[in-house]
Amino acid sequence: MSGQGEARNVDVSQVLRKSTGDSADSLEECLAVRDLDLYYGDKQALKGINLSIPRQRVTAFIGPSGCGKSTLLRCFNRMNDLVDGCVIDGTIALHDMDIYQKSVDVADLRRRVGMVFQKPNPFPKSIYENVAYGLRIQGVNKRRILDEVVEKSLRAAALWDEVKDRLHDSALGLSGGQQQRLVIARTVAVEPEVLLLDEPASALDPISTLKIEELINQLKTNYTIVIVTHNMQQAARVSDFTAFMYLGNMVEYDKTDNIFTNPAEKQTEDYITGRYG
Amino acid sequence: MKQRFKRWIQSGSPWIWFNAGAVAISVVMVVGLLMLLAVRGMVHFWPSDVVRASYTVPTASGEQQTVRVMGEIVDTETIPASQIIASGIPVEERTSGYQRTLMKLGNRDLTGADFRWVLNDFIHDMDSPAHAVVLERFEWGNFYGFLTGIQEAGEAVLSTAGGSDDEALWEGFNLRLERALQLHEQIATLEKDEIGRINYQVERLRLAGRRLELSGDDTPAAMADLEQQRDVLNREYDAMQAQLVELYNQVNRDTANFETVDGQQTGISLADVVRAYRPNAVGLFSKLGIYFSKLWEFLSQEPREANTEGGIYPAIFGTVMMVMLMSIFVTPFGVVAAVYLREYAKQGVLTRTIRIAVNNLAGVPSIVYGVFGLGFFIYFVGAEIDQVFYPEALPAPTFGTPGLLWASLTLALLTVPVVIVATEEGLARIPRSVREGSLALGATKFETLWRVVLPMASPAMMTGLILAVARAAGEVAPLMLVGVVKLAPSLPLDGNYPYLHLDQKFMHLGFHIYDVGFQSPNVEAARPLVYATALLLVAVIAILNLSAVAIRNRLRERYKSLDM
Repeated sequence: MSGQGEARNVDVSQVLRKSTGDSADSLEECLAVRDLDLYYGDKQALKGINLSIPRQRVTAFIGPSGCGKSTLLRCFNRMNDLVDGCVIDGTIALHDMDIYQKSVDVADLRRRVGMVFQKPNPFPKSIYENVAYGLRIQGVNKRRILDEVVEKSLRAAALWDEVKDRLHDSALGLSGGQQQRLVIARTVAVEPEVLLLDEPASALDPISTLKIEELINQLKTNYTIVIVTHNMQQAARVSDFTAFMYLGNMVEYDKTDNIFTNPAEKQTEDYITGRYG
Repeated sequence: MKQRFKRWIQSGSPWIWFNAGAVAISVVMVVGLLMLLAVRGMVHFWPSDVVRASYTVPTASGEQQTVRVMGEIVDTETIPASQIIASGIPVEERTSGYQRTLMKLGNRDLTGADFRWVLNDFIHDMDSPAHAVVLERFEWGNFYGFLTGIQEAGEAVLSTAGGSDDEALWEGFNLRLERALQLHEQIATLEKDEIGRINYQVERLRLAGRRLELSGDDTPAAMADLEQQRDVLNREYDAMQAQLVELYNQVNRDTANFETVDGQQTGISLADVVRAYRPNAVGLFSKLGIYFSKLWEFLSQEPREANTEGGIYPAIFGTVMMVMLMSIFVTPFGVVAAVYLREYAKQGVLTRTIRIAVNNLAGVPSIVYGVFGLGFFIYFVGAEIDQVFYPEALPAPTFGTPGLLWASLTLALLTVPVVIVATEEGLARIPRSVREGSLALGATKFETLWRVVLPMASPAMMTGLILAVARAAGEVAPLMLVGVVKLAPSLPLDGNYPYLHLDQKFMHLGFHIYDVGFQSPNVEAARPLVYATALLLVAVIAILNLSAVAIRNRLRERYKSLDM
């Protein structure tokens, strides 16, 4: 076993095969990360990441603060493009499309790979307009279609019953948990293939957190979900696969059950048993 | 003791007292300023009692001369005896000095001066005659005297000599005055609106003809067509002229005979009278009525008598109009510049330099902007516009002369740094997470700006606009170079196409204060108006600002920032 901080290759295809056992064929690769290095100026934040994220499963990234899990997540919809001095090496493929190719339309990519952030960030508009935002951007203005999508998305985010009577009130009047579910509804409304959740429950109270977790369980039948979390119990509860990251390295990636019951690496074991992090 | 003092210092209460003191002084200064303006300015419109007195001044030769005076008391002050002796009146030296009173005697057409200082010591037989009449006139200022008779078309209908009593006479006078005022209004409408419109159209026809000549399209048919239109207008004009003559005859029908306090007889045409009242004979409520009618006149009428009488409506209108136009120019321009600087430009030495330059522009003295506006906008841009678009009017300039457009643009230039700085700060305050939320939904940077960031930054833009309005409405110096005049015969907004006349010169409250206060031939009459106008300028700026603040608060409520 090599020392800390050194780039390590996790054999992705093997992980998937091993972890899924006989049903290997039912797993389809959705996102594939190959030899990804990421630099913020001089500082290397991600070191030789290799990863394969299965379709319509929940994959969790865990690891101590600053280990690069959010950075990796933000690579999937090129949010890191907004950071000055961020340089990326390696490839990330969404199905078979390299998302860092020049010909890729970033706005289009982000439509396919939706993202929910740590703190709820509804727009200062009505609940309805928040959900309809993505469609309006795409030029959809037909009332009938918008109504339909808004209701469907709010139902998908388990928010419909709470807000159906005040769709045209400001979204800022909702509670933190409701706002976060609204943001999920807003993301779902544009029908992405992948949902990236960046610590979606860390700013919420336990009851709201529970609702978000239930929601994740429901959504995974239709979406590929990647979630970053600080909370290991949460990772254990909601995810099918878990990746443990440390100091920019992908230390271990396996079926969630394996990671939590029988980790292959000592570092992983130390982390999940609370010896550091 | 020393210990206690030290503890008192440490407790921070001296600091609190210091701060509270600074706030208190600021409040006192602002309130004091407004009070001074309000008292000095607003008292002017109060119909104070008319006093009549005998004034006997000793002369060097020893003989005593008595004059009868009647008017309003305006001011009282004490002066040293030496000053009186120096003016040729032999009085005893005394340390306490002498009290003197400034009286507004009116009757400038008869006596030459309408204000007079009288020494209190030599006033006697003072009373307030109930039937003393004050007339405000279109010309020559106020008249103070007694009504003795009324003539209709040269024939006496009522007179004291003929046995009519004062009340009947006054009633008859008021009836006729009301009729005259109504006729006056008709004349004003006819002259300003109707004949003004025809003159405007005739001028446009002249310009159209000239344009055809210049372009070589002056075919006989086209010219005949113009001539025909001109004939129509001329016929209309003749009809109106006849109507006007008739109205003038009507309004000049009645004359009132008056006797001044020193026994002079004079006839005053009712067409010259704006308002008549008997302040000594009416109660408080009637006086209040007169007060508000005078105040309303001040707010809603045009100035008379070299701006020392009448109202200042054109100046209010000009100020508001100019500030609004300025806002229309400055807001989009400043916002667009700020968006580029903050959102698109690469942050570096160049943008930092530009930012510093913009901030420094805010410190350039306003008269410099005036000079720039004159040199660039008027002499260069305006002259070019005239060459290209208004060749038919040359050599008379259309836009190559100071006017509303150039004044607004100059002030927009003066205030654009404020808007840029405020908007930039507003943009910087929009949480990153909201922008990312929009981008993550597949919106482009422009869509994010347009749909989320700019609406959220709109309160900051309004803050910039508020500061800009506050500065622009108070500026006078640059305006004197680029468009403000002492008296503008017509408003820049009227019923003649294209309704808003950007090339016209206009009146402005700030300049009006300067003009009335320092350029007026009648200092005594003008002084209260300076205070009243200053108060009004403050009020106009406050109203403009408060409405902008109200809009901002509504926007803030709508886009209240997320707690992040």
